[in-house]
Amino acid sequence: MKYLTEYRDPQQVSEVLKQLASIVTREWTLMEVCGGQTHSLVRNGLLDMLPSRITMVHGPGCPVCVTPASILDEAVALAMRPDVILCSFGDMLRVPGTEKSLLQAKAEGADVRILYSPLEAVRLAVENPSRQVVFLAVGFETTAPANALSVIQASKLGISNYSILASHVLVPPAMEAILADPDCVVDGFLAAGHVCAIMGTDEYGPIAEKYRVPIVVTGFEPLDLVQGIYMTVAQLEKGEHRVENQYARSVQRTGNTMAMGSIREVFTVSDRSWRGLGLIPNSGHEVKEQYAAYNARLRFGLSTTAVENDGGCISGQIMKGLKKPRQCPFFGTSCKPEHPMGAPMVSSEGACAAYFQYAAESAISE
Amino acid sequence: MPIICPLPDLSKDVITLGHGGGGLLTHQLLHNGVFAELTNPYLDQQHDGASFELYGRTAFSTDSYVVDPLFFPGGDIGELAVNGTVNDLAMCGAMARYLSLSFIIEEGLSIAELQRVIQSIRRAATLAHVQIVTGDTKVVQRGKGDKLFINTSGIGSIHPRAEIHHRRIRPGDRLVLSGRLAAHGTAILSVRKGLEFETAVCSDTVALGATVSKLLDKWGTHIKFMRDPTRGGLASVLNEIAELTAYGYFIRQDSIPIDDQVEGACEMLGLDPLYVANEGIFLAVVDKEIAEEFAAMLQAESTGRHAAIIGEVGEEYRGKVVLRSRVGGRRIVGYLPGEQLPRIC
Repeated sequence: MKYLTEYRDPQQVSEVLKQLASIVTREWTLMEVCGGQTHSLVRNGLLDMLPSRITMVHGPGCPVCVTPASILDEAVALAMRPDVILCSFGDMLRVPGTEKSLLQAKAEGADVRILYSPLEAVRLAVENPSRQVVFLAVGFETTAPANALSVIQASKLGISNYSILASHVLVPPAMEAILADPDCVVDGFLAAGHVCAIMGTDEYGPIAEKYRVPIVVTGFEPLDLVQGIYMTVAQLEKGEHRVENQYARSVQRTGNTMAMGSIREVFTVSDRSWRGLGLIPNSGHEVKEQYAAYNARLRFGLSTTAVENDGGCISGQIMKGLKKPRQCPFFGTSCKPEHPMGAPMVSSEGACAAYFQYAAESAISE
Repeated sequence: MPIICPLPDLSKDVITLGHGGGGLLTHQLLHNGVFAELTNPYLDQQHDGASFELYGRTAFSTDSYVVDPLFFPGGDIGELAVNGTVNDLAMCGAMARYLSLSFIIEEGLSIAELQRVIQSIRRAATLAHVQIVTGDTKVVQRGKGDKLFINTSGIGSIHPRAEIHHRRIRPGDRLVLSGRLAAHGTAILSVRKGLEFETAVCSDTVALGATVSKLLDKWGTHIKFMRDPTRGGLASVLNEIAELTAYGYFIRQDSIPIDDQVEGACEMLGLDPLYVANEGIFLAVVDKEIAEEFAAMLQAESTGRHAAIIGEVGEEYRGKVVLRSRVGGRRIVGYLPGEQLPRIC
């Protein structure tokens, strides 16, 4: 892991923090888009090392958090069918649907499997020809290529018992939705490094221009994060609003063209409902008609009407940066990781769970 | 404000895998479901085994083994079933003398596989100087078990110089970890169906009785407390003793020994190594004065080569575990809420 340790060097982190402190002249609110960044900031105790004038708010980039309950309900309904093997990434299992989570369905006897790759699900379909294998295909631009590949592979192999329940979401439309909100408090963005590794950085230029907001593509290690914050603040202090790339070791402007190719082959851009944020136009991926045979929604005749009701959960305000997890009346009381009310408390990358699990230094004395 | 968002109904809740994960759910289940009903002075110690007088000070412990797959890099369920119970006794300051061995076998398991497990049990028992003196075999219908479950119980005499009890822990005591973190859980995951990845990581399963006995010979009552961080990992053990003693437990990330490959694999899987299971290391809380020499003595043992002082007990942060990250930030290390689930991306 030598390529990681150098980005965890305490001296370098402290050096950048010193430089940062020397250029800050006023209060700035920055949003890290990706849940992985939130997790790293909290887990490494970085939030309390930042100058007090800098406030980090935690964006919508946790796929587990933004997947609407209706999709979970569809997944649970499919999983409860005896002919179905429902496959999912691990951390989707605890997310509450309207009535239950996939983990509860599993405890009640549903065949739910945790996989790392949808290609494993295709293999499972080959091994279990008498059953229907469904992959819960959620996530951002990072997970879309592999999910698309699984459909392409199933199609090439002529497999008829594999399908995906797609609920893919896209980062740039969500950033726009946050910026367009009249209550928006975000002065600058740390864009999600891994999403940009797939999609490149071209999509962000128009957003930076339109909303006059600096966007710095940032990695996930402590040094990445403090550098990303430094670069964003440096722009803000100079009144600039450009797209910059802190994570150049992984991200090229043009992105990963092969990955983008497989996304375009299988998916088409569609409107998508986000948990907490509501319906955002052109913010997701749906399986193309050409691959309709692999669309679990069509195969099992699922209804796509999404009625979201998150009741007391303020996840929307948290993901827009309007509120911090601790400002939620339910945080740590009715809503805990073992009994989440909303998704940000479920995934380790959800802002609420990160706060609950790793409580920053300022909270230690509470 | 009405809460319309789905809250699980506790009265209808069923046991999920999280209840067996060694984290918060396990803790709640044991406290509310087991300890509350079956309370007595031995059980209430909440240690790895019970200690009592029986022609001398005696320790008694039991454990069940349900690992999937049965054979994994660095070991198998048989070796685990011996070492696990031997180590639970060692944590009470006892050398295991006799073990019981029970099999619950699912119809369909190949006899060759069972034989492999039994041979491995024999080897592990020989290495740990423990005798298997009684046992039981049950077979359940196909689909009613997962190939093979093993239970072992063990009994042993407590070392004459051992005084292992959480009540003896004091501020200033040092936390010594006897080896590298998270190898076992990572090795298991690396071969679990659907999650396989290529790695040379092996389980750390090993019997610790002889090592602990030597340490007790030399350090006696300077050793306050020991616990092997199996399921739930180091974080769960520290939280349990933080809660029991109401002192603060401060650990330094850069002092915690961990293999590069294990750390890399955890990184990739989205797991925090502090919560990953171990089968061949232990945490010792020892007097400040002896900590350096204690760690050095461990380092001379094959079971403790990577031993390190990872932190200390203090009056600050009472009842909590606090970690200083490599880059210098501090954070609370809590109980794991339920099972650690591999993440999405």
